[in-house]
Amino acid sequence: MQKFNTLKSIPAYLPIVNIDTDMIIPKQFLKTIKRTGLGKNLFFEMRYDDSGNEINDFVLNQNPFSKSKILIAGKNFGCGSSREHAPWALLDFGITCVISSSFADIFYSNCFKNGILPIILNDEKIKELSEYANRKEEISINLSEEKIIYGNSEVNFKIDPFKKKCLLEGLDDIALSLKKTDKIQTFENNLKGKKPWIFND
Amino acid sequence: MPNTLYDKIWNDHLVDQQDDGTALLFVDRHLVHEVTSPQAFEGLRNSNRKVRHPKLTLAVADHNVPTTDRSKGISDEESKIQVDTLESNCKEFGIQLFGMGDKRQGIVHIIGPEQGFTQPGTVIVCGDSHTATHGAFGSLAFGIGTSEVEHVLATQTLVQKKAKNFRVNVDGKLPLGVTSKDVILQIIGKIGTAGGTGCVIEYAGNLIRSLSVEQRMTICNMTIEGGARAGLIAPDEKIFKYLEGKPMSPKGETWHKAIEHWKNLRTDDGAKFDKEINLKAEEILPMITWGTSPQDVITIDGKVPNPQNEEDEDRKNSLERSLNYMGLKPNMAAKDIKIDKVFIGSCTNGRIEDLREAAKILKDKKIATHVHAMVVPGSGLVKEQAEQEGLDKIFVNSGFEWREPGCSMCLAMNADKLKPQERCASTSNRNFEGRQGRGGRTHLVSPGMAAAAAISGNLDDVRKYQN
Ligand code: SF4
Repeated sequence: MQKFNTLKSIPAYLPIVNIDTDMIIPKQFLKTIKRTGLGKNLFFEMRYDDSGNEINDFVLNQNPFSKSKILIAGKNFGCGSSREHAPWALLDFGITCVISSSFADIFYSNCFKNGILPIILNDEKIKELSEYANRKEEISINLSEEKIIYGNSEVNFKIDPFKKKCLLEGLDDIALSLKKTDKIQTFENNLKGKKPWIFND
Repeated sequence: MPNTLYDKIWNDHLVDQQDDGTALLFVDRHLVHEVTSPQAFEGLRNSNRKVRHPKLTLAVADHNVPTTDRSKGISDEESKIQVDTLESNCKEFGIQLFGMGDKRQGIVHIIGPEQGFTQPGTVIVCGDSHTATHGAFGSLAFGIGTSEVEHVLATQTLVQKKAKNFRVNVDGKLPLGVTSKDVILQIIGKIGTAGGTGCVIEYAGNLIRSLSVEQRMTICNMTIEGGARAGLIAPDEKIFKYLEGKPMSPKGETWHKAIEHWKNLRTDDGAKFDKEINLKAEEILPMITWGTSPQDVITIDGKVPNPQNEEDEDRKNSLERSLNYMGLKPNMAAKDIKIDKVFIGSCTNGRIEDLREAAKILKDKKIATHVHAMVVPGSGLVKEQAEQEGLDKIFVNSGFEWREPGCSMCLAMNADKLKPQERCASTSNRNFEGRQGRGGRTHLVSPGMAAAAAISGNLDDVRKYQN
């Protein structure tokens, strides 16, 4: 997983509430065998017309937002199914930070599993930040200090210390669990004595 | 302190209690299928990791496989890639796979028990929400996401938070024609699709104990439709007998040792449950779902609800939306609902006993001329067994199609689909919008009820055809 520390980008603003995982990546793209390559289908229904042409009005089709690394969106972002294709699609498009006033549970935790930082701010701050999107000005995110810097102002956000550490060090759950290989090994050795049938040998 | 069965299995699998309240749990059995695994294997490759215990992992292709002539292969290009990818991943990482040509191939939750891979007291996971099925053996079995599939492959463990304990007691005797499918539909109707959220459900009571192993699987299978993480039933003699001699069951001395251990797998007297409900078996009737959520249940003698009777505005709107999608009128009698298709199969009701139940109703009868009906056995072994018993002939003579095993029209990822507005009596587990094909309308029923619907051409009471 990519380490996350600081990030600087012109944010893209998508003022829609309840963006569900079907809007982020519709079900026809779930037959893929890769995590990568989903970026071109991110927000598929909103991004393309019936003949597959880009809809110019849609923010991510416009310059410079087509290169945004930060997405600001309405509340309850990521509701719907548990598909991990949603964070994969965002990541593949290049978005590594989503700012909203609230997130759906599973999506929120799926973000951390994939190196995306979800930030929760109140509506007022979101409005302020969205001005930067409108004016096409950069904002920066500093994860270790838990703050967003914009113009001469800054705002703090909160994040679980454990999740923060994982993002900063680029540690995915697997890397963390593998650090406990000794404990797993001990458990397995006991298991072999206690329940020999588990290992089928 | 007295413990529940869930507490016991949990404690028995604790590798590490972590500071943030989560725990690292050992996973005894990992089932893998083609849809939720490719990215997990890709992740292993990208980070140069191995599968920790290939022998504790079993793979099968089921969601995308065709149920007609297999010799032609898979025509849908993307489906084919997913199935081929599973094959090459299994080869690369040394995992046993039941490929499309293997007679042991079938739905992932049917082949586990069939092979004796599913065992009491184990933690079983699979990248699939209906993993709860295996709880019928007294195992803690639940579905996981793709990142978690990768985590289990690499570490044979999983990071989990402990759930709450919920007990559902069903006592008494079921009336004629009423099956375990009706019991679980009744339970979901009662607790709602969010009723089990954050819980593991233990099914108990003398009715549950009187059920066969396969009937128990039907109940545990649909636990997820009640929102719970997993559902389980304490193992007993029936389970031991079922497992004895299965290819992956323990053998010889180890078998006896295993039985000794399995006998202790039950909830202690006085153990505390966070939630508990009681049902009387006598009061359960043949059920159908009328709407687009598994909690939308009525009895076959019942009527479709009327949104006008609802006070709550949100509830009213959602009823209207469901009725509209389903193409039904308020207050319509269940038996007046005419159907176009019948699907008998899935991990809920695709086992041999389910096929026997349906065949018993269909024997010497013909299905309605306007109905298109098919049976998709849950596995190659189920198919073989049914053919030995001559069930295939009963189905075919009545007008059903007899197919090859797989998930098929349970989720319509292969070529078996409903057309828009087509209406189906289905023995599967989900009636969501579009689940069986875009615009398709699903009524969930038991295998006997599906057979009755096929004969009558409308949803009907299985008791009418009981021989
Ligand atoms: S039969 Fe249906 S519910 Fe069962 S595993 Fe297949 S798709 Fe899922």
